[in-house]
Amino acid sequence: MTALRRGVLALAAPVLAFVVAAVVTSVVLLGTGDSPAEFWQVLLTVPAGRNIVNMVNFAAILYLSGLAAAIGFRMNLFNIGVEGQYRVATFAGALFAGQAFLPGALNTVASVLVAMAAGAAWAGIAGVLRVTRGVSEVISTIMLNAIALSLVAYLLRRVGNRIGQTIETDEIPSNAWVPGFSLVPGETAELYGLALLAVVAGVGFAVVLNRTRFGFELRATGYSESAAIASGVDVKRMVLYSMLLSGAVAGLIGMPELFGASHAYGSTIQTGIGFTGIAVALLGRNTPLGIAVGALIFAYLAQQASPLGITAGISPEIILVTQGVVVLSVVIAYEVVSRYRSRLEQSAVAAALEAERRHEEVAA
Amino acid sequence: MRLRARFVAGLSATALLLAGCASGGSSDGGSEGSASDGAASQDVCESAEGDGPKIGLAYDVGGVGDFSFNDSAYAGLTQAVKELDATCAEAEAGAGESDADREQRLRDLADAGYTAIVGVGFVYSVAVYNVAPEYPDTYFGIIDGFNPTKSQKDLPNVANIGFAANEGSFLVGAAAALTTKTDHVGFLGGVDGPLIQAFEAGYVAGVEEVNPDIEIDSQYLSQDDPVKGFENPAGGKTAATGMYDNGADVVYHAAGKSGLGLFDAVEAAGKGNWAIGVDSDQYLTADPAQQPFILTSMIKRVDTGVFEFAKGVDEGQPPSGYVTYDLASGGVDYATSGDFLSAEIISQIDDYKQQIIDGTIKVPAETTS
Repeated sequence: MTALRRGVLALAAPVLAFVVAAVVTSVVLLGTGDSPAEFWQVLLTVPAGRNIVNMVNFAAILYLSGLAAAIGFRMNLFNIGVEGQYRVATFAGALFAGQAFLPGALNTVASVLVAMAAGAAWAGIAGVLRVTRGVSEVISTIMLNAIALSLVAYLLRRVGNRIGQTIETDEIPSNAWVPGFSLVPGETAELYGLALLAVVAGVGFAVVLNRTRFGFELRATGYSESAAIASGVDVKRMVLYSMLLSGAVAGLIGMPELFGASHAYGSTIQTGIGFTGIAVALLGRNTPLGIAVGALIFAYLAQQASPLGITAGISPEIILVTQGVVVLSVVIAYEVVSRYRSRLEQSAVAAALEAERRHEEVAA
Repeated sequence: MRLRARFVAGLSATALLLAGCASGGSSDGGSEGSASDGAASQDVCESAEGDGPKIGLAYDVGGVGDFSFNDSAYAGLTQAVKELDATCAEAEAGAGESDADREQRLRDLADAGYTAIVGVGFVYSVAVYNVAPEYPDTYFGIIDGFNPTKSQKDLPNVANIGFAANEGSFLVGAAAALTTKTDHVGFLGGVDGPLIQAFEAGYVAGVEEVNPDIEIDSQYLSQDDPVKGFENPAGGKTAATGMYDNGADVVYHAAGKSGLGLFDAVEAAGKGNWAIGVDSDQYLTADPAQQPFILTSMIKRVDTGVFEFAKGVDEGQPPSGYVTYDLASGGVDYATSGDFLSAEIISQIDDYKQQIIDGTIKVPAETTS
């Protein structure tokens, strides 16, 4: 196969997926009596500087969430509990930071570590259950989500302060806040300082996955558990470690917003990011760069959908349909393209063999 | 092959999960109940072309179609279009939003030229206080809003439109206590937080004022998730059915669209059981089969709040700071549609009403627990 053809094939799957998603969304819009033209016009408007900043901020948060899910996915471990881990971790981090045990930046660093530890511990429960009792992590993490939400809400009411109609933890002292920085020149909206955690975590994930023994064992277990065991991988240990790691990364999800904007954990915290992360990881095929692309696409769609109701009279909820269809069609498109590719390879090999046989015949 | 099978199984599990999330989300604004209303609401704003105030309404999750809180705000908008020649736009929220998303919605409205913008629901408080200083010529109102800033300094273009829901709830609590045959009543809340606790506190006080021996079951549908709390008719029905089974014969809800489940439950529980509506006069919008069970409703005049805010902006006297609608100003009340309350009970309730207005009865706004 030529390099050109290889490149075209690599692009074919995502392009195919987006075409399918666009068609399905347009059909749904037609079905509900809305105008697809207006929808695409709003969606494809060039975003203003402020919107770009919001988009990147949200993408960074989604990236962390996608990464947390992907760590498990790479070894066939379905951590559906990112949402619960994120809530427990953010609450723990906010609570710790609000007490101001440490001064300034030390407080920030320590709080982020506390959040990671809390997320890891919460995910670790599912890991231990899986390793010692064989409980499916899908079931246990879903259950732990429900428990996490109730537990945090209960504790928040115990320790929180009433601010208007909401309840919040003690505000983080301002010397521990992480200032944002300007992304688009002349725009007052800023990128969260801790959005950079996404870059750090992404690079870390790439290095660990591709350059360390741990990463090799993780991938090996994912490809074939029995083969991994046969080659001496301690699969139980791997399950536990990757759950802990997944939970620790889930603990980072809430940090950019906590130290950059809200400065407290309140009852109006953003919900559902942990679930969106699963879709983002799927879309990105669990690779560090792929997840980044997936997160940007989801953030773009979410941000651009916001004015739909105002300018086009279309419910912004339609964007959930687009996001869902993108994920499903990406999965299908990759399967189709990979089958096509292996058929091409087969015929190429067959042709080569045929040529060789003829060559031998001629020689004989 | 086994590997592939597991992968596919995992994928389909995840897909199912996503489908679940998506359908949960779309029920916010897209369920059948709201579809027709959504169309109607677009009509009001689409056909409105006056030179009155330009009103932007930003809904919380649920949006129009809950026959309760949001619909009441919409009624105020309709009134403004009719009486003030207003033009308008509506924007609804998705599930799981951050303050940044809400700020974006407010900016979209302000940038589109709307000068009287109302955030329907206290969740808009932080977003409005962040956005308002950037738009000094645009006026913002927040239903049930509060000032989230540390300095507590009022902004000249922000009004927190509050309601003494505890006072109205006191009256329907009295109505429940005067009606119950089993000396057992219920309260169904959406999300357990200060806002809805005010409804519970007033209701409990009203019941106990009539007869302190009446047993009260209180239940909240969620600790913190607005979708599970206010968008959950199925959960509302389960919880309410439990209360009726447990012996309660009057149940009051403060749970937005989830309250529609209460009406299903009371119909199933049959004659002799009652439900009490909230925010709007829910007898008027209920299914005819359920109307005979809706004893009364606690009316919270969100419509008045929206209308008067728009009117103030139109007349160049925009309200700012805290504006509270209570019993005395007619901002909360109880409904008598359906004529299920006897003249005797009505006179007793009106008596309490007068005492609250006079200040002889002080209604608590917070639960004691």
